[in-house]
Amino acid sequence: MMQFLGKVGAVLLGLALVLAVCLPVGAVEPIKIGVLGPMSFTQGEGHWNGASMAADEINKAGGIKVGAQARPIELVKVDTNEFLSVPDATNAIEMAISRYNVDFLVGGFRTEAVMVMQDIAMDAKKIFIGCGAAHPELCTKVTKDYDRYKYWFRLTPINSKFLGKVDFILLGTVGAIMKKTLGIEKIKVAIVAEKAAWADPIVGIAQKLLPAKMGMEVVGVWRPSPVAKDCTAELAAIQRAGAHIVFTTFSSSVGLTFAKQMGELKVPAVAVGINVESQKSGFWEATGGNGNYAVTINTYARVEITPKTIPFYDKYVKLYKEAPNYTAGTYDALYILKEAVEKAGSVNSDKVLPFLEKTDYIDTAGRVVFDKSHDVTWGPEYVTSIGTQWQDGKIQCIWPYHWEKVFYKGTVPFKMPPWVVEYYKKKK
Amino acid sequence: MIIDIIIDGLIKGSVYALLAIGFSLVLGVARIINIAHTALYMTAAYFIYIGTKLMGLPAPVAMLAAIMLTVVLGLLIYNFFIRPIQEHEAAVLIATIAVAMMIQEVFLMTFGGHYLGVSPLIDGYATFLGVKVTYQHLLALGLALVVLLATRLFLQKTRLGLAIRSTAQDREVANLMGMNVTRVAMGTMAVSVGMAAITGAIVVPLVTVEPTMWMHPLIMMLAIVVLGGLGSIEGSFVGAFILGFAESLVVFLVPMGSFLKDSVALSIMILVLLIRPEGLFGVSFEEER
Repeated sequence: MMQFLGKVGAVLLGLALVLAVCLPVGAVEPIKIGVLGPMSFTQGEGHWNGASMAADEINKAGGIKVGAQARPIELVKVDTNEFLSVPDATNAIEMAISRYNVDFLVGGFRTEAVMVMQDIAMDAKKIFIGCGAAHPELCTKVTKDYDRYKYWFRLTPINSKFLGKVDFILLGTVGAIMKKTLGIEKIKVAIVAEKAAWADPIVGIAQKLLPAKMGMEVVGVWRPSPVAKDCTAELAAIQRAGAHIVFTTFSSSVGLTFAKQMGELKVPAVAVGINVESQKSGFWEATGGNGNYAVTINTYARVEITPKTIPFYDKYVKLYKEAPNYTAGTYDALYILKEAVEKAGSVNSDKVLPFLEKTDYIDTAGRVVFDKSHDVTWGPEYVTSIGTQWQDGKIQCIWPYHWEKVFYKGTVPFKMPPWVVEYYKKKK
Repeated sequence: MIIDIIIDGLIKGSVYALLAIGFSLVLGVARIINIAHTALYMTAAYFIYIGTKLMGLPAPVAMLAAIMLTVVLGLLIYNFFIRPIQEHEAAVLIATIAVAMMIQEVFLMTFGGHYLGVSPLIDGYATFLGVKVTYQHLLALGLALVVLLATRLFLQKTRLGLAIRSTAQDREVANLMGMNVTRVAMGTMAVSVGMAAITGAIVVPLVTVEPTMWMHPLIMMLAIVVLGGLGSIEGSFVGAFILGFAESLVVFLVPMGSFLKDSVALSIMILVLLIRPEGLFGVSFEEER
C-alpha cells in the first residue's frame, strides 16, 4: 500500500513540476493593438503584414516593457471593408474598441472611412496611428480641436499637400531630362486624373502651375472613371494631342488599365505622377510587362533610405512574396508605439501621448518627427518619400537623385522608354 | 478623329453586343432577367486566369475549358436557383442578383481584391490611317463578329434555333403547339451563358480581372437591352453599337468628361424609357399577361 501511495505521490509531484514550468505564474496580459484595413484587398494585407512582422519581432525580443513587466503584443485583425462599404469601417472600429478592448489602433486607408473611424477612436480616447489616408484635414483637426483629436497621428503616407509637391518635382525632373536628351523645346503635358475628389486639386494646380511656373504646355485634361476598363480612346486622343509627358493621378484600378494600354500601344510619351497600382509587385504581371517605365511617387523600394529599409524590404518580400506597399508602414507604427509605451511605462493613452509627440525615430521610410498637427514631417533629413520607376520587371528608386543633397544608396537614373527615344529621333 | 471614333466604337459595340444578345435570348425565350449574366462573364475570365497563370495551360485550352465550365455552372444555377421560381419574374430577378453577389464574394474570398491580368494572345499593334489599334483589340473585334454571325446562323438554321425564336415570339402558343418550353429554356440558358463566357474569353486579355468587373458591363448591357427593346436580338445588336459609339464620342469630344461614359449610356436608357418604352425594336409581352 505504501509503495502504491509513493508512486502516486511521485506522479503528482512530476505533474506539478511540469505545470510549474509550462504555466507562467500570473499570466502576463498582452497589449492589444487593432489593425484596421480592408483585409481582402492589397492595402489591408499591407496593414496586416507590416504589423504582424513587427509584432513577431517585438514578441521574440521579449515584448514591450511596461514598467517592470514585459508584455507581448496581441494583434487584432479588424476588417474595415472600406473599399466596398465605408459604413462597415464604423462597425469594425466600434467592435475593436468595445468587444476586443484594444489598447491602440493602427491602419485605415480611405480618407472618407478614416474620418469616421478617427472620431470614434478619439471619443474612446484611443491612440490611432494612421497608415493609409493622406488627406491633410485628418491632421488639421488636431490643431483645430486638440483636446478631442490629440490621440490621432499620421505616419504614412505623407499628406496630399506634400504628395502634390513631390508629384511636381518628379514631373519637372522627367521634363528636364526629356528636354535635354531629346532636344524638345517645350514639353507638352497631358493631364490624366481619375474622376475622384482627391484628384481635383492636383488637376487645378497643374493647369495653372505647368504653364506659369514650369514652362510646360498643357495639351488637355482627361478624367476617366476610377474603375474604367478601357482607356484606348483617351490614349488615342492624348497621342493626337502630341503630349511628351502624361501626368497621371490614379489611385484605383484605372491606373493599371491605363499603364497597360499605354505600353501596348507604345504611346511616345512618359507616364509620371501618382499611380498607386504601379507601387505594387502585382503590377508587372497584371500589365503583362506593359507597365514598364511607369513613374510614380512611392514609399518603399529596395533602396537605403535608412539602414532599416533594405532589411525590412527583404524580410517582407521573403515572408509575403511581394514588395511592401505604403500601408505596411504599420511595421514602423508598432515600433514607434513600443518606444513611447516603454518611456511612459504605461499603456494609458494620456500617459503615452506626450512621449509619442516627442518621437524622433529613424524608421524604414525616414526620420519620423511629428509636427504640431501630429503629421509626419516632410523634407530633406526627414521623410521625403521616393519616386520609383518600373525598369524591366523591377521597382527602382529614381528620386531623390541628389535633390537638396538627398541621395539614397541604391537609387538609379531615370530610364526613358526606348520607343519614346526612337520616335523623337525619327522625328528629327 | 473620326477614324478614332469609328474604330473604338466598333470594338466596344461588338463586345457589348455579345453580352446583350446573350442576355436578350434568355429574356425573350424564358422571361428570365438574368442579372448574373455578367457575373458569369467574370467567372469565365477568372477561370482563364486560373488556367493560364496558375495551372500553366496554353491560352486556347484554358479558354475552351473555361467556357465549358462556365456553361455547366450556368446550367446548375438555372436548375437550382431559377427553375423553381421561374414563373415569378420578380423573384427570378432578385435570385439572380443574389447569385451574382455570391459569385463576387466567392472570387473576393478566393483571390482577394487584387487586380489580375491575362497576357494577350498576340502582342503589338497595327496603325490604320494614323490610329493605333492593338492586335488583341482587332482579334477581339474579329472574334466578336464571328460569334455574332455564328449565333445568327444558329438561330436561323438549326432546330433549336427555330425553337428558341418561336418561343421568344410567343411562349404560350409554342407551349400549346407541343413544344417543351422548359427544355428550350434550358437550351437557351446554355447558349446565353456560353455567349457570356465567350465574351469573357475575348475580353480577358484587354481588361483587369477583379471581383467587381461584372458591374460596369451589367449597367451597359441593361441600358442596351432597354434601348434595343427587351428581349429583341436585333435591338440588342443595334443598341450595343449605338452605346459603343456614344462612349467613344464622349471621350473624344468631351475629354474632361470622359468619366461620364456610363452616365451617357444611362441617360440614353432613361430617355428611351420616357419616349419609347418598348425600345427601338420593341417586343411587347403584354398580350401574354
